[in-house]
Amino acid sequence: MYKELILILMGGVLVNNYVLQQFLGICPFLGVSKKFDQASGMGIAVTFVMLFATAATWPIYTYILVPSKLEYLQTIIFILVIATLVQFVEIILKRFIPALFKALGVYLPLITTNCAVLGVTLNNITDGYNFVESMISSLGVGVGFWLAMVLFAGVRSRISETAPTKSFRGLPVTLIAASIVAMSFYGFSGIVENLLA
Amino acid sequence: MEILIPVLICLAIAAVCAVILTLTSHFFSVKVDETEEKIRDCLAGANCGACGYSGCDGYAKALADKSCTKTNLCTPGGDSVSKQISEILGVEAEDVVEMVAYVACNGNCNALPKRYTYQGNKSCKIANMNYAGDKMCTYACLGYGDCAAVCPNDAINIVDGVAVVDSKKCIGCGLCAKTCPKKMIHLIRDEERVIVACSNHDKGAVTKKICSNGCIGCGLCKRNCPEGAITIDNNLAVIDYEKCVKCGKCAEVCPVGCLKESCFIGATKQ
Repeated sequence: MYKELILILMGGVLVNNYVLQQFLGICPFLGVSKKFDQASGMGIAVTFVMLFATAATWPIYTYILVPSKLEYLQTIIFILVIATLVQFVEIILKRFIPALFKALGVYLPLITTNCAVLGVTLNNITDGYNFVESMISSLGVGVGFWLAMVLFAGVRSRISETAPTKSFRGLPVTLIAASIVAMSFYGFSGIVENLLA
Repeated sequence: MEILIPVLICLAIAAVCAVILTLTSHFFSVKVDETEEKIRDCLAGANCGACGYSGCDGYAKALADKSCTKTNLCTPGGDSVSKQISEILGVEAEDVVEMVAYVACNGNCNALPKRYTYQGNKSCKIANMNYAGDKMCTYACLGYGDCAAVCPNDAINIVDGVAVVDSKKCIGCGLCAKTCPKKMIHLIRDEERVIVACSNHDKGAVTKKICSNGCIGCGLCKRNCPEGAITIDNNLAVIDYEKCVKCGKCAEVCPVGCLKESCFIGATKQ
């Protein structure tokens, strides 16, 4: 039981890394990874929202959509729920934890329609996880997203100190670097099966 | 009819979401202080920290909750901002002491040779770690532009290897003075006329050998000052701006030209 949960967690962080393996959430990955602390803040905010989103969408799917045989509505309903949730979390944070709101404030609205958040909620359903497994999977994916952001922020800070050819400056060299980081993550594929063997 | 159930369910979920959001925003919304927002709107918005608070928001908040009563702390905004804030708070306006930064070094590429070829990162802070920089004079501006990088208003340019402040653009926040590893950028009231463009405390002969623009501590300015406002402190001329009458005689007699007349008078906020 625990072994399975650890496998799901590690799978989310390393093997099925959403950004570097499944290419979801590329927009914030390229947009907010210029500075380390911003990248870290965005990663934490996404993890946070992923956990909340899963906690809200899994029960809705299981107890409302499945009994009424409306599974095909999941995408549209999930978008609706996640958008509401982000707004809700924003208001609550502003009221009760202003420090955290200030730290995450800029990123929360950006996450509203982040495909990685929608992706993890949909994939949890597709993979047939139960509630606990879904939450663990979301945590893993969130931490994986954070890891990718932080690693890539480090890479980008090194790139900014170099002077590539004019035609490669800015986004092109960033995309090349992203592909190399993504390739390095392919080295993790296959380790999870043998992790606890 | 089959379409009715999904539509209704969608509508129901959307309605629940709407109700939840309305309720939370009604019960948990944070009341924003109106005066704080108004004050924040008048402030210059450079977030430079010259007022001593963490950016414009911090200053506006301190003014709004009366933990700070001084309306004249925003040097970038100047008198007009002080007046606006005072109007909002209903207190008397105080004049802002408008400041402008100047670089106390004139050791440009022609005047001051280099000791070694520095090929490291273009940063004064890092260059300064390598035997106090590549210039012959250890007090000199290194010219790698750490100050220009922090300037919120792009007022600093590196000209001929020395930072030069554009006093018309300078908002007097003092970020450059804090950043400079040599601590040779100073703030000065912008109605002053003469500056000492050198920070070198070495003996005259030593200074003369390495830099043709450096203060040699000859004391000519001191002798020619009608008000006795200039002293020679450790081989460097120092102007006491409390006594200075802005006659500009010292700048005329200075043999190396390190006392310079500047066009500060009312330079900012025009």
